[in-house]
Amino acid sequence: MTSSKLYNAIFAAGISLILASLMIGIKLDTDGSTLAVRGATATQWMWIGGGIAVVFFSQLFSAQVDALFGAIPKPNIKAMLPQDQKMTTLKPWLIAALIVVMLIWPFMVSRGSVDLATLTLIYIMLGLGLNIVVGLAGLLDLGFVAFYAVGAYTYALLSQYFGMSFWACLPISAAMAAAFGFLLGFPVLRLRGDYLAIVTLGFGEIIRILLNNWTSITGGPNGISGIAKPGLFGLEFNRRAKEEGAVTFHEYFNMDYDSSYKVIFLYLIAVILVIGVIYLINRLMRMPIGRAWEALREDEIACRSLGLNRTAIKLSAFTLGASTAGFAGCFFAARQGFISPESFVFIESAIILAIVVLGGMGSQMGIIFAAIIMTILPEIAREFSEYRMLLFGLLMVIMMRWRPEGLVPMKRPNLELKQP
Amino acid sequence: MSQLLLDVNGLTMRFGGLLAVNGVNLKVKNRQIVSVIGPNGAGKTTVFNCLSGFYIPTEGSVMLRDQQIAGLKDYQISRKGLVRTFQHVRLFQKMTVIENMLVAQHRHMNTNLLSGLLKTPNYRRLEKDAMNHAAHWLEEVGLLAFANREAGNLSYGQQRRLEIARCMVTQPELLMLDEPAAGLNPNETKELDELIIKLRDVHEISILLIEHDMSLVMGISDHIYVIAQGTPLADGNAEQIKGNPDVIKAYLGEE
Amino acid sequence: MSEFSLYLLQQLINGLTIGSTYALIAIGYTMVYGIIGMINFAHGEIYMIGSYVTFIVIAGLMGMGIASLPIILIVALVVAIFISSTYGWTVERVAYRPLRGTNRLIPLISAIGMSIFLQNFVVLSQGSRDVALPPQITGGWNFGDPSLYEVSLSYMQVMIFAVTFISMTLLTLFISRSRMGRACRACSEDLGMTNLLGIDTNKIIALTFIVGAALAAIAGLLLGLYYGVVNPFVGFIAGLKAFTAAVLGGIGSIPGAMLGGLILGVTEAMTAAFFPSEYKDVVSFGLLVTILLFRPSGLLGKPEVEKV
Repeated sequence: MTSSKLYNAIFAAGISLILASLMIGIKLDTDGSTLAVRGATATQWMWIGGGIAVVFFSQLFSAQVDALFGAIPKPNIKAMLPQDQKMTTLKPWLIAALIVVMLIWPFMVSRGSVDLATLTLIYIMLGLGLNIVVGLAGLLDLGFVAFYAVGAYTYALLSQYFGMSFWACLPISAAMAAAFGFLLGFPVLRLRGDYLAIVTLGFGEIIRILLNNWTSITGGPNGISGIAKPGLFGLEFNRRAKEEGAVTFHEYFNMDYDSSYKVIFLYLIAVILVIGVIYLINRLMRMPIGRAWEALREDEIACRSLGLNRTAIKLSAFTLGASTAGFAGCFFAARQGFISPESFVFIESAIILAIVVLGGMGSQMGIIFAAIIMTILPEIAREFSEYRMLLFGLLMVIMMRWRPEGLVPMKRPNLELKQP
Repeated sequence: MSQLLLDVNGLTMRFGGLLAVNGVNLKVKNRQIVSVIGPNGAGKTTVFNCLSGFYIPTEGSVMLRDQQIAGLKDYQISRKGLVRTFQHVRLFQKMTVIENMLVAQHRHMNTNLLSGLLKTPNYRRLEKDAMNHAAHWLEEVGLLAFANREAGNLSYGQQRRLEIARCMVTQPELLMLDEPAAGLNPNETKELDELIIKLRDVHEISILLIEHDMSLVMGISDHIYVIAQGTPLADGNAEQIKGNPDVIKAYLGEE
Repeated sequence: MSEFSLYLLQQLINGLTIGSTYALIAIGYTMVYGIIGMINFAHGEIYMIGSYVTFIVIAGLMGMGIASLPIILIVALVVAIFISSTYGWTVERVAYRPLRGTNRLIPLISAIGMSIFLQNFVVLSQGSRDVALPPQITGGWNFGDPSLYEVSLSYMQVMIFAVTFISMTLLTLFISRSRMGRACRACSEDLGMTNLLGIDTNKIIALTFIVGAALAAIAGLLLGLYYGVVNPFVGFIAGLKAFTAAVLGGIGSIPGAMLGGLILGVTEAMTAAFFPSEYKDVVSFGLLVTILLFRPSGLLGKPEVEKV
């Protein structure tokens, strides 16, 4: 037992040496017109050595490592909160308090913080949207960012060419994204799950390529700038009204102009959108369609034998998820005022997926939590930003190995039959 | 003839070069229990899969009340009133018993999304109806007390009964049971026996049964079909089948 | 021949060149899918690593003053196959094996994590910029009417055809003749049953990852030399293309992967002949969706029979 463990550990260390030494140990370098190689620096070799040591010992003590990961406490939301009976009376108050805090908070902190919070809210929205697809319906969508892009470009183009307002475009963006989701999902959802993953991956790339090359409409790589910001019942948040005769927010309320109003207003819109999405998902999970998603994840054949049309049910999840991304995209375009295909690369899809996986597939609480970590952590640790994607990838592998249910596992609302 | 419910003619299923089912004929009348028996690998489950739409039969016609259903999709067939269980119980293990029953009523209660999001009175009413309907069938199979349990935690016999209740809640005309007694103890088999007869006599549906348990089949069937190696061998009532030399040969092998 | 048909002939040659490398990568997808029924999402990255290793070996050997091109290429091939196969094996060992028997979504996500990890691992270790290698194999044959349009068939293209052909032949022989190959076929028929017969299926699964990675490394070497540049992101698109090829030919079928690769390559080259070349990706993706819509089992695949 121990000797085979030692053998395994040595073997793994040897493999790591092979894997690392050529790719890290030797670096390609352009030397004038020819290609040359140079060895790694001493520090890099130290890192390689350190990595190999980690592999060696984690293999040697794999049982202990497994136990360690298994022992990480799984937060039990129920145990942390008061008893069920109290909960039902307490819950509305808790939610109300949380909403009030969310609304008051931005007035007390810096503009930068509010801005970051808005960004986090966008990712929460995207994470919750993808959660409908991945977590609730069990469909792997690797091109989620495409629907985000559709939403963003829908608003940007409608605003640029037809001068339509943010509020009018919000539902249109969602509908456009949903339409794309429907068209893509229809042929693919009849097939096995992995096809969907790869087709959505391809679709994400195609949307990006089209946006990049359809220069006459989308502006190509230069993107679209000067997208109108949302207003409040026709009041603009600029220093001066853009259109002749229009009234700005601060003029209407007789206040001094403050650019932070705009930031806070955007934040508040994001809060409202996120609350809307949370409500939507909460309802969906308790509705027949939510049960059908779950049933399909558990046993597709049984579902079909009971008269459930699996394509239609999956398609509804896929389309709803896409429309959420459309909302988020429309808001994103409005917030940035500028969009280009750069914002809609595969890495974005991967980050959103990482949020869902890390938080816990199906778990709204977990996804909100994960979205906060995933957006705030890179801001704090800027010097490690180049390692960000590497760590995301590693984290996905590790999570699937030890905690496939995520940091905060999903708790399903159980419908109870009240006995007479 | 008006009481003919299911009429299968010349059903044939080919997988590549393999002829799994060859020219099977079946007739099921209203309020009848019909069994299909045959040695292992005779193609009984393949017949079921063809009838329920999981496979599209290579040849043959399947008429359900004068309607051709061969070639329809599985979910369309089940909506026409032909619902099946599986050889290995297929429940939604992590969902509760009552939720299993509600999923089966999906298409009856699936009004539009918006009414569900807004909890309109109509939506609430439909949901309540579905609950009552589910509770009624749970009571029929003796599982009402377990309504809020996870389906995976039920005993094997209870899971079998839940699977039948879940089919019944879709209001079928013809229930197809694929070896419902497999793995049950004698007591549970007897209960199942009574349940099947009750479904025919009280709830007035027809049942098509695949079964290995000869005593169960012989005791309750109105008509029995025997197939061997995918080909029809004999049919008749229990007495005729018991006395048929071909059937005995197929089961016991050549002497 | 007219100018136009000569031009098409040139595109056909180019298409077959690229297509045969797609076929090499596609085999990796198809073999893994055939046995464990899953897409190896990190496969494109293995190809990319093969290209990098090729460049490193060539630059290293030239730096040491070795001038003989055949020696350089053979060493590069051997090292690239060895390193890529090790990566392929590691992917299976880390991202797939511990998760066997879980919900299908879980190994899929873990493999995507692996793919992201490998891509960024190369970004960090080798930089994210293009690395260029001066052409090693130059020259070729020109034919056609010089006054109209000259069709060229470069030695490099001939080498791609030849190496692809040899690799495919070796693979076919391996699968059909060797003990391990027989075990592979048995596994793709019925993994559980093969296990019961006393064959170590873990070994066979690992072997398919290794063989697939080796073929991807060969493709990495060939395409690396053909294009003369590599960056850490080439694996992503190449993987997508090769997967399309595998589905086109019928996933799980090795001859299908070969056929699919060639068809895809030619389709792309013909698209590039009439439209801006950026749109060739759009067309190949459209082809994938069309195939899935009308013939999900692919050209040579057998339709899946569900076990109820």
